[in-house]
Amino acid sequence: MEPIKPPFSRINKTVLFLVAAPVLFFFLWIAETTLSKYVILIITFIGIYIVAAVSLNITNGYAGLFSLGHAGFMAVGAYTSALLTFPVKLRQPFALPHLPLIFGGPEFQWPFFPALLMGGIFAAVIAAIVGIPVLRLRGHYLAVASLGLMILINAVTMNIRNLTRGSIGINSIPKYTNIFWSYGWAVVTIYVVWRILNSSFGRAMMAIREDETAAQVQGINLLKYKLFSFTIGAFFAGIAGGLYAHLSGAIMPWVFSFNLTFQIVIMVVVGGQGTLFGPAVGAIILIVLRYALKPLEEGLGIYGLIELIYATLLIFIMMRKPEGLLGTRRKLSS
Amino acid sequence: MEYLLQQIFNGVVFGAMYALLALGMTVIYGILRLIHFAHGALITVGGFIFYVFFTMLGLPFVAAIGIVIAFGGLLGIVLDVIAYRKVVGGPEVSMLITSLGFYIFIENLMKLIATPQPYPFKPPAFLDRIYSQWIITFRTVDIFIIITSVAIMLLFNLFIRKTKIGKAMIATAESGETARMVGINVNRIINLAFIIASAIAAITGFMWGSKYGQISYDMGFMAGVKAFVAIVIGGVGSIPGAMLGGLILGMLEMFSVAFLPPGYAGYRDGIVFFILILILIIRPSGILGEKEVK
Repeated sequence: MEPIKPPFSRINKTVLFLVAAPVLFFFLWIAETTLSKYVILIITFIGIYIVAAVSLNITNGYAGLFSLGHAGFMAVGAYTSALLTFPVKLRQPFALPHLPLIFGGPEFQWPFFPALLMGGIFAAVIAAIVGIPVLRLRGHYLAVASLGLMILINAVTMNIRNLTRGSIGINSIPKYTNIFWSYGWAVVTIYVVWRILNSSFGRAMMAIREDETAAQVQGINLLKYKLFSFTIGAFFAGIAGGLYAHLSGAIMPWVFSFNLTFQIVIMVVVGGQGTLFGPAVGAIILIVLRYALKPLEEGLGIYGLIELIYATLLIFIMMRKPEGLLGTRRKLSS
Repeated sequence: MEYLLQQIFNGVVFGAMYALLALGMTVIYGILRLIHFAHGALITVGGFIFYVFFTMLGLPFVAAIGIVIAFGGLLGIVLDVIAYRKVVGGPEVSMLITSLGFYIFIENLMKLIATPQPYPFKPPAFLDRIYSQWIITFRTVDIFIIITSVAIMLLFNLFIRKTKIGKAMIATAESGETARMVGINVNRIINLAFIIASAIAAITGFMWGSKYGQISYDMGFMAGVKAFVAIVIGGVGSIPGAMLGGLILGMLEMFSVAFLPPGYAGYRDGIVFFILILILIIRPSGILGEKEVK
């Protein structure tokens, strides 16, 4: 397919990206040198959530599928990356196994970047294995199957004690993630999604979202594009999970539970499903809201208040403005 | 042999509860094409309502159950009227998201009201007697669960087959457009489906609580998701399929706990979803369902 837009507009956007990214990093640098550690931590978290939300948007927003397994893929990425980079000296006291030979042998500790990539790839492979059978079915089967996958991954991380230390979780993970890693990946994720959108791949995905039958008649291989969107989403979810593990320094199975998936889903819905920057805006709003309300929740001792507000926000958005904050109302073909 | 019989019995008891939940979910799914996540939350609400009216306020058992049913039905109406009616007709996904929102809303409201601690849940004394002189050990509440579930399913089947409204419900599930054309008030049918399904889920909450011996704000999540697994096993859109699926799921879960080596008991929930993914690979239409592959 020929691109719909004239080529020069794409060049302009590329230039825009090239200008915007350094400006962003300049501001991040200023933030890092001036703000307190706590605020920087929150800003870094926002970056990770942007990666997660923007990547969930590929599946849920552009391909019109509905995945609830994002936390599961994040868990895969987090555990993979944490295990690969875990210091050799600490493996014995932590009862963690040494790396097998194909991953470099017992004396090897992976550097951060390849370990992170490996986590993403591993998450994508799992997504592909599960996606091939499930994506042949109607869209909402994916919702339940991916939720099931998340619970399955949770059960595995809880129970393979000699690899994941079960419910105790792994701590003392090297803290590599900083504000630049987190936003570096956020920029990469948004850039990749933007490039996909302006390619035949992206147009095929959106065609499937609008009308599967019509897309199929056009010769679009449904499974191929659905699978592509699902695996690429899972890849970035794995990256986000790895970033999280190396930011907090400790991971436990319950961190990657349904609540996490739900938060990311709300970010996408509030910001606008199927918009490029919507999920990022959603991530910023919801995390800021969370940390702004945290003193209130703790002060009043009413735990669950934030989730209650999140849920209300979600329902309200679905009823009043289902296209989200940044979305424009599309005419529905019924 | 006794052990096997005991496990089969346990499986039937759990299966009966899954079947009841699956029944409600499949009716809603059949009419709205909605995976009703919030269905699970109704179990929690049912369990807590019973706790409040029976254990705390000391009302008679029948009255407490009556209140549970009434409240469940009422909540069904509320869900339907304030939520789904506004998003019906949009993409399937927006209903799914809304129901997800409602699940989280109810769960966290329960968390706020009831605090995150689980509550010990005791059924009335006449349902709490233990018999072990026969081959298997059981409590009277197990028998209550089985009899009530069978009764509810039979009644529901009668309702669907014999009454005019029941037939209208089937017609709406087959095709909402056509049903509207022949003069069926589709909104009323949807409303009724929600009332019935939610009331059944609320009673199941009582059963669930007395079987596990405790209730907590998040007990409905797994139950709701597993009920959908039961639907997929039995065949999406088929009412007998939902019941069969529930029974099979209960059996499988019990057997996986009973016959796998002890180290694997933690995989109980994992196994359920492994089965789900397996079924989606081998026979996505389920045991009794029609093909829905596009």
